[in-house]
Amino acid sequence: MMRYDSLLDAVGGTPLVGLPHLSPGSEQRLWAKLEDRNPTGSVKDRAALWMVRAAERDGLLSPGRTVLEPTSGNTGISLAMICRLRGYQLICVMPENTSAERTQLLQMYGARIVYSPAAGGSNEAVRVAKRLAAENPRWVMLYQYGNEANARAHYESTGPEILADLPEITHFVAGLGTTGTLMGTGRFLREHVPGVQVVAAEPRYGELVYGLRNMDEGFVPELYDDTVLTSRYSVSAADALRRTRELVACEGIFAGISAGCVVHVGLALAAKAKAAGRRADIAVLIADGGWKYLSTGAYSGTLAEAEARLEGELWA
Amino acid sequence: MAIEVRIPTILRTFTGGAKSVEGSGDTLDELISDLDSRHSGLRDRLVDDSGLRRFVNVYLNDEDVRFLGGLSATVKDGDTVTVLPAVAGGAR
Repeated sequence: MMRYDSLLDAVGGTPLVGLPHLSPGSEQRLWAKLEDRNPTGSVKDRAALWMVRAAERDGLLSPGRTVLEPTSGNTGISLAMICRLRGYQLICVMPENTSAERTQLLQMYGARIVYSPAAGGSNEAVRVAKRLAAENPRWVMLYQYGNEANARAHYESTGPEILADLPEITHFVAGLGTTGTLMGTGRFLREHVPGVQVVAAEPRYGELVYGLRNMDEGFVPELYDDTVLTSRYSVSAADALRRTRELVACEGIFAGISAGCVVHVGLALAAKAKAAGRRADIAVLIADGGWKYLSTGAYSGTLAEAEARLEGELWA
Repeated sequence: MAIEVRIPTILRTFTGGAKSVEGSGDTLDELISDLDSRHSGLRDRLVDDSGLRRFVNVYLNDEDVRFLGGLSATVKDGDTVTVLPAVAGGAR
């Protein structure tokens, strides 16, 4: 059934699409879960809806209340749409060097934006948001990095959808950000599929990004529980870009750059399985489409040119 | 026996500015001690009483060593080890 009473009811239920051209052999298959087929175009619609619903159930939110969140990405866009429909005012805290498209999109849904200094990046946005939340106790900060409803969205929706479509699953690969997708989907799959491998694909940035970052002041999302993972791989911009372009060229799938990360890891797992003579059915989660990344030049020019443009950027 | 170890900018004060150094050992633990013998103080930045420090990520051929046995992960000639600080990442 494809009919829904309103947009919020259409969250999730995304297609699982085989990658017959990229998959190495008939016995090792990659399957892409296309999360851009969500109301605002990304996997975050799930986390955002679950977090808002949880806050409503806990009596924290009622029409006219304000939601606060440090986000410059998909979570902000998802929350902007949901808050608009549910009657909440959203305030997004994000670094001042965020692109014009994102600002426009958020404002179109009625969100207000508070800019944090560009130099502090996402860490500073989190700090500023926490300070604002402390100063305004009636505002609700959902805090995607530590909110269990984020992971639960995937435990209750993403995981079951994947299992229903791919009961023979051997591996699940997703990007590692707030870690919600991997924690929730991973926990569900481990409970239902003995021996399933839950694998994280992590972007590896250029030197400038890590810069003179103090080794003692790092950040690990509160949701992260590494016992849920089987392994975690670091993927370069070069490899991510190459695979993102292969997705378009070989499978017709126009995805964001983080998709290149997960496909790269999925292909490595498929190659390992092939070398060992083992069957593999690998579900890889494609978080969003490529639209927001067109201006990064990732899809045009040579790979070397695209890679150079991403140097120093937090590209996924 | 040579294992390439890539060092993040913040730790290059220990390696005389070198972004990559070579070492040897059968495990990551031995490798780090071997590097420390030539780059004194490096081990203490990476390891504490409970093992690898919380905000230090180490990858063996691009795979997080915490899933390969941590400090007891097996290393061999030709391997590449990358050390990076744990960061918040991009737009979420």
